[in-house]
Amino acid sequence: MASASLFPQNGWVGQTENSPTITDDQSPGSIADEDIPWVVLVWNDPINLMSYVVHVLQRLFGYSSDKATQLMLDVHNKGRAVVSNGSREKAELDVFRLHEYGLWATMQKDV
Amino acid sequence: MSLGFMSTGCGQLCRKMSDVFFRYRFRQRQNGAMEVRISEQERQVLGDLMEQLRELLLSTSPEGQLDPSLRRLYPAAYVEETRYEQEYQRSTRDQLLERRLSHLDIVEATLNDVELDSDSVTAWITTLNDLRLVLGTRLDVSEDDESRVLDPEDPQERHRAIYHYLSHLLGEFVEAAGNE
Repeated sequence: MASASLFPQNGWVGQTENSPTITDDQSPGSIADEDIPWVVLVWNDPINLMSYVVHVLQRLFGYSSDKATQLMLDVHNKGRAVVSNGSREKAELDVFRLHEYGLWATMQKDV
Repeated sequence: MSLGFMSTGCGQLCRKMSDVFFRYRFRQRQNGAMEVRISEQERQVLGDLMEQLRELLLSTSPEGQLDPSLRRLYPAAYVEETRYEQEYQRSTRDQLLERRLSHLDIVEATLNDVELDSDSVTAWITTLNDLRLVLGTRLDVSEDDESRVLDPEDPQERHRAIYHYLSHLLGEFVEAAGNE
């Protein structure tokens, strides 16, 4: 679906797992954002159809009908749900794919 | 979220029965193609809406301020990290626009077709949803709107009617696409 080519490939790719890089704009001692897990959230909104949200979650993530429906119901009833997780790069690509489908998705550090 | 059209609790047999007894607008064929049975008038309305959507999408420069009704088409990815968010908007705004325009091209090219391949189905579904996002944002719809009684005196009523029409159409389309 998404062409990843325009996503910057520098910065987080190539860093070894055991040597987090401290850059200038990070406070000393903090772990690079690329090395901690991120979660992708889908938020409830009054426009997207429930059936559409289920359809998109199945298409993009290959979730079963049951899992996609449960996530959709979590979004609807609790206001949001975590639909995927991973490195910052992966999470950003997932958010982008959800934005292509018009879902209200954001990402944040899984802390 | 909006309930729209959703026949949960209606199994496969039930759906087949309703296909037989009621006129369906979309049906997935055995070979994966989607059969489209919508009227000439509906296709004209959709064509007109597609044209308006294209104009609106092109009216906003990539760097400039968004038309408020396009807000939902370019959401923020990062809530807290401003630096990442600026980078995200810079690198994805054009991609999202191009994707939407290419989907619009496909829908316009297949507007009068009675059968759609899977790429066209994706383009139709996402474009119908884009239309709903723009119209819904303009109308400032809420989840309570579904039970709202139409008011013929309201100047926005025509747009509201189109919005609800698109909701039903998309709901039926998604339903049909899910029954592979």
